[in-house]
Amino acid sequence: MNLYEALRMAANGLLANRTRSALTMLGILIGVTAVILLVAVGNGASVQINNQVQSLGANVIYVYPANARGSGGVSQGFGTAQSLTQADVDALNTRQQDPDVVAAIPIAQSGGQITYGNQNYFAPTTGTTPAFPQVRNYQVAEGSFFTDDDVTARHRVVVLGQTVVDNLFGGTDPIGQTIKISRQSFRVIGVFAQKGGSGLGSQDNVVVAPITAVWAYLTGARGKVISQIVASASSAGTVTQAETEITTILLNRHQISDPTQADFQLQSQQDILNQATSIATALTLVLGAIAGISLVVGGIGIMNIMLVTVTERTREIGIRKAIGARRRDILVQFLIEAMVLSGLGGALGIALGALLAMEAPKIPAIASSSFPTPVVSPTSVVLAFCVSVAIGLFFGIYPANRAARLHPIEALRYE
Amino acid sequence: MITLEGVTKTYRMGRIEVPALQGIDLYIGRGDFVAIMGASGSGKSTLMNIIGCLDVPTSGRYILDDTDVARLADDQLARIRNKKIGFVFQSYNLIPRTTALHNVEMPLIYAGEGGRSARAREALVSVGLADRVNHQPTELSGGQQQRAAIARALVTNPAILLADEPTGNLDTNSSVEIMRLLTRLNAEQSRTIVLITHEQDIARFASRVVELRDGRIVRDERSAA
Repeated sequence: MNLYEALRMAANGLLANRTRSALTMLGILIGVTAVILLVAVGNGASVQINNQVQSLGANVIYVYPANARGSGGVSQGFGTAQSLTQADVDALNTRQQDPDVVAAIPIAQSGGQITYGNQNYFAPTTGTTPAFPQVRNYQVAEGSFFTDDDVTARHRVVVLGQTVVDNLFGGTDPIGQTIKISRQSFRVIGVFAQKGGSGLGSQDNVVVAPITAVWAYLTGARGKVISQIVASASSAGTVTQAETEITTILLNRHQISDPTQADFQLQSQQDILNQATSIATALTLVLGAIAGISLVVGGIGIMNIMLVTVTERTREIGIRKAIGARRRDILVQFLIEAMVLSGLGGALGIALGALLAMEAPKIPAIASSSFPTPVVSPTSVVLAFCVSVAIGLFFGIYPANRAARLHPIEALRYE
Repeated sequence: MITLEGVTKTYRMGRIEVPALQGIDLYIGRGDFVAIMGASGSGKSTLMNIIGCLDVPTSGRYILDDTDVARLADDQLARIRNKKIGFVFQSYNLIPRTTALHNVEMPLIYAGEGGRSARAREALVSVGLADRVNHQPTELSGGQQQRAAIARALVTNPAILLADEPTGNLDTNSSVEIMRLLTRLNAEQSRTIVLITHEQDIARFASRVVELRDGRIVRDERSAA
């Protein structure tokens, strides 16, 4: 018996009971739709997180004072929040012991009310050095970034992110205007291009000034605090080497021999990415597993209906055996029937799931939320189809085997 | 071509052994038209199942075309049924929701043979159903269904046509038609036909009558006609 004949027989059997076949198929269809849709949502979340983390700047390594992250404990003692110094930054920038570090910049954060004319707005002010755009992957859209001279001379100049410009200036060209940060006047010399991204803190809600000016006019009594050092490795592949080099330099400079006692901590963009990716992967797995349960339920539905079918068609099985069908022929016939049910249900489920995944972002309520755009991966489509056919095979074996083992005489006598 | 030697069949019902056949010796030659008669419980259905290779004897030998089929496994029996035996049942036993043509093709499908459609059509023509080829069983009369079943039995060109009460569900006219058809197949194509019946009128069409009682052959004679 060839495949064409087997398929023809299966189609005949299924068409004999259209309603029942359709309802059985529905079980698998819903299961596969759920798998495709939920895995697409999980993938979408993964892509979204990835994009956000990437937009923070690739190859970036953050160096924090140890107790600033709350992990150092009391033994670190007073003043460890200031364990990072400008001298550390300079050492990292010499590039003799750290060939894989392209640039390192100090960061001093200050909050404060920003006013322009009668407009006011709140944004964190970041004090840093001229390598900031390079390290943090910002483009200057208008004007220019400040220079080493501005840093040396503590010039009160700022470069603004797009969100800040929108909130303070409306239509006015901000370049050359003077704004006030915590009542201190600063002149706007540049505007960053929009970076986009949301969720992990907008990249466009920034005010950047020379670190010396921030120290002198904004951080006040706290003195010359460096809250973190941001370094960029030459490429994504050299991040690990760069981290090792930074650790060695800082341990030497801080005269700490035991790395576990380090008064600083490193975190790379890769670490954040890895964490985020593992969370997203777990999310996708959990969603897929929940949906997978409904697939199993659908499979049990197939087994149930196939058992009913085999009983109903006992006489037909007897006839087929009498005219020469072997066990294998009967087995294959009912297996193919089960697999056509589940495979067709699976294919329709994939189509429906993909359609829903594509159409869902067009629903206004979903479009306006930060709900991730579902991404249907080809892998999940192929996998879902194979799994649904496999479910037909698995749950069809028992009924088909029962049919194949019927004794022809008893089957022929069955009323 | 069919030789049964000391064939017995014992059914086991719980602890009790029920003997259905108690030593059957029977030879049926090519072109024979044999009617096997007997009251219900005489063992004729059991004998038909064994001759039709649907069942195997408990002891004894059954040689069909030089093959001892008494000890074959299920799938080998299925092969023999497919190639050498054509069944005609009392209740026609066509597969529902399937056209006459496809029903007749079925044995060829299991045989894996080619030219199925043409051969099935030819068989249907030979039983006078040329104009009912694409009808489903429910669209055919009893007599037509039985003729389709005969076409299905003939399509593989089997050694024996085994007809089990083929007229049991038919009215007198259709019964006579079916019996004439079988007689014609026997006469014109030298088909070996084994007919199981309990009706004297039907058995009269055969050229040899074998009567069973309590699992033994009690009469075996050729009719004068």
